[in-house]
Amino acid sequence: MQKLLLLADEAIALGAIDGGLSGVYAYPGTPSTEITEFIQMNRDAQARGIHSRWCTNEKTAMEAAVGMSFAGKRSLVCMKHVGLNVAADPFMNSAITGVNGGVLVLSADDPSMHSSQNEQDSRYYAKFALIPSLEPSNQQEAYDMAYYGFELSEKLGRPILLRITTRLAHSRSGVVRKEMMSQNKTSFPNNPKQFILLPAIAKKNYADLLASQSKYVDNSENSPFNTYYDGDNKKRGIIACGVTYNYLMENKELINGSPILKIGQYPLPRKQVERIMTECESILVIEEGYPLIEEMLKGFLGKSLKINGKLDGTLPRQGELNPDSVASALSGKKAEPVVIPEIVRMRPPALCQGCGHRDMYEALNAVLKQYPEAKVFGDIGCYTLGALPPYGAISSCLDMGASITMAKGASDAGVFPAVAVIGDSTFTHSGITGLLDAVNENANITVVISDNLTTAMTGGQDSAGTGKLEAICEGIGVKKEHIRVLVPLKKNFEEMTSVIKEEIEYQGVSVIIPRRECLQTLKRKKKQ
Amino acid sequence: MKTDIILSGVGGQGILSIATIIGEAALKNNLYMKQSEVHGMSQRGGDVQSNLRISDAPISSDLIPLKKCDLILSLEPMEALRYLPYLSENGWIVTSSAPFKNIPNYPEDSDVINEVKKVKNSVLIDVEAIAKEVGNTRCSNIVLLGAALPYLGIPAEYIEDAIKTIFARKGEEIVNMNLAALNAGRGESINRFHD
Ligand SMILES: Cc1ncc(C[n+]2csc(CCOP(=O)(O)OP(=O)(O)O)c2C)c(N)n1
Ligand code: SF4
Repeated sequence: MQKLLLLADEAIALGAIDGGLSGVYAYPGTPSTEITEFIQMNRDAQARGIHSRWCTNEKTAMEAAVGMSFAGKRSLVCMKHVGLNVAADPFMNSAITGVNGGVLVLSADDPSMHSSQNEQDSRYYAKFALIPSLEPSNQQEAYDMAYYGFELSEKLGRPILLRITTRLAHSRSGVVRKEMMSQNKTSFPNNPKQFILLPAIAKKNYADLLASQSKYVDNSENSPFNTYYDGDNKKRGIIACGVTYNYLMENKELINGSPILKIGQYPLPRKQVERIMTECESILVIEEGYPLIEEMLKGFLGKSLKINGKLDGTLPRQGELNPDSVASALSGKKAEPVVIPEIVRMRPPALCQGCGHRDMYEALNAVLKQYPEAKVFGDIGCYTLGALPPYGAISSCLDMGASITMAKGASDAGVFPAVAVIGDSTFTHSGITGLLDAVNENANITVVISDNLTTAMTGGQDSAGTGKLEAICEGIGVKKEHIRVLVPLKKNFEEMTSVIKEEIEYQGVSVIIPRRECLQTLKRKKKQ
Repeated sequence: MKTDIILSGVGGQGILSIATIIGEAALKNNLYMKQSEVHGMSQRGGDVQSNLRISDAPISSDLIPLKKCDLILSLEPMEALRYLPYLSENGWIVTSSAPFKNIPNYPEDSDVINEVKKVKNSVLIDVEAIAKEVGNTRCSNIVLLGAALPYLGIPAEYIEDAIKTIFARKGEEIVNMNLAALNAGRGESINRFHD
């Protein structure tokens, strides 16, 4: 069978399509973005009419996916790990409602923070929600898990979390495709109250969820994604999860006959864990992310058998693992320090030359020179790079939307001028509600929505608010005369600085919208 | 056979276009391959790299271990040096000699070049000049790939076929230009070797 060369992200997309998907719901976020993009471009997906338009944020995505499941069809939700924080409310509650059509929730973690604010481990969310999760070790498994994931979700009646990490998400390898399953027809839940989480119903649903836990363990014990490889050398057993299994196999010569338990499905398979813990004198746990399994095995008092991993420094606690850190855990020899020739300089990313965000920061910085007390609260997107030289323009970047609300809080605390800088996509993702708070209290803040008509940071996806920003701000109650649209170009520098100054001086909420298309998006459009 | 390659450069230079060609060649000839890429933040002019592993036996890790890399293929000389800890004892560096200066503290050009020359097996070539001779600076990446042909561990014909397949959509002229660029790069690299 012909192999397709696919990123794990693409393999998940194809696995879902072939597994009978009816709709993907997602907000872009590295390293998950390519899944939805693949489905948008795929001919079979188009022929089947699979929904694939971007959502405004992860919460709206998760809820729409549950809606599709309610109607009996199979849905996939994709996000980066921090997106699951945004979607946490419907995610947690969807574990209580359960599903009708199968639901896969894909969360892509980013250990080492290649493109993220933190390295939280999504497996904790599955544990928190008391639902099963899957973690592929390679591209083929990524395909298979997406392919079989819907059936599993329908069989167990719960959403399934699919966790991947950057390394796998953005690595390509050969994948063999399976036969396409048919899509589900519309059907409604047998129990008409299933999705109504009034306390009386939720209590019953939750009791069901609790009672099902042993069934999920059972399913894990019999899962093809959990494998026990016995070995003669019982001095040490090894538990390896997801992608770390590859690093282990890269170091075959150091395994030394140890029994290995490869984990790809959670909750942990009790029987297999019990076996390796009983038969071996010590256990090395190799997991990407937080020490979830290690903590469970160790127990609070740490009085079980010897467990090595991230908690005792056998493996690094921070950052992603690699074949070298796993080699040193196996051999007990300290990894040699990586010595890069002295002449090599850091090369941090920067805003593209000619980018409109640059003109915005030039003008903003010029005005704020006259206000030494000013604080600028940043947000997440290309414009976060305004934190670096030559601009050094922003003092914060917390989470999507926080620029406006942090500016408001600081203004409440007496900071003036309090300025927020936010992108168009981030504004519609999570900025609108904060702006409403500010308007309702007539907070003295100046909000710059740097509108490049796209979601640039993640590669130029459509932005939900394009063409609607002024109307949104006005609708929320920002005064029309304090919604100022500018074209961020060098030649407009004087106009920009005078407008910014006027709006800072205005006592209340003003919104400045410098608007010019992202150069990369523009270039791509011209090519097409 | 087994070849571990690190492709490096600066975000926007298009290292992945080289990976695509090698990938096509590998897959078509039933070789195993894993290729880890960089997407996201660093693509905005930061340092970027891709680990590309090709083998006739299954491959485990998506990442190349330290001191195991057979070839560093770089579109920028300082970026080639960044991955030196990964180069194996007998590994090769094949790099463009043209510095890409988008940082204020870029070292002296000659210092960078000398540092590359210190590496036992290194090929520095002016890919843009050669690409210009062949017809178009847009083939620079292919010139570099050509220069690496002797160290790839896969037959040159595989790469030529892959170029034909990948550029077929763009017409015969473009295919031929890229094949010429590949050959020019290969010629340059072989000449150097005999210097
Ligand atoms: C909760 C969450 N979801 C997704 C992301 C990934 N992400 C970072 S910035 C960004 C979009 C930025 O778009 P915009 O605000 O329009 O700014 P631009 O990059 O276009 O300048 C996205 C999707 C994230 N960091 N956090
Ligand atoms: S990708 Fe677009 S928005 Fe981002 S820095 Fe470049 S031009 Fe600016």
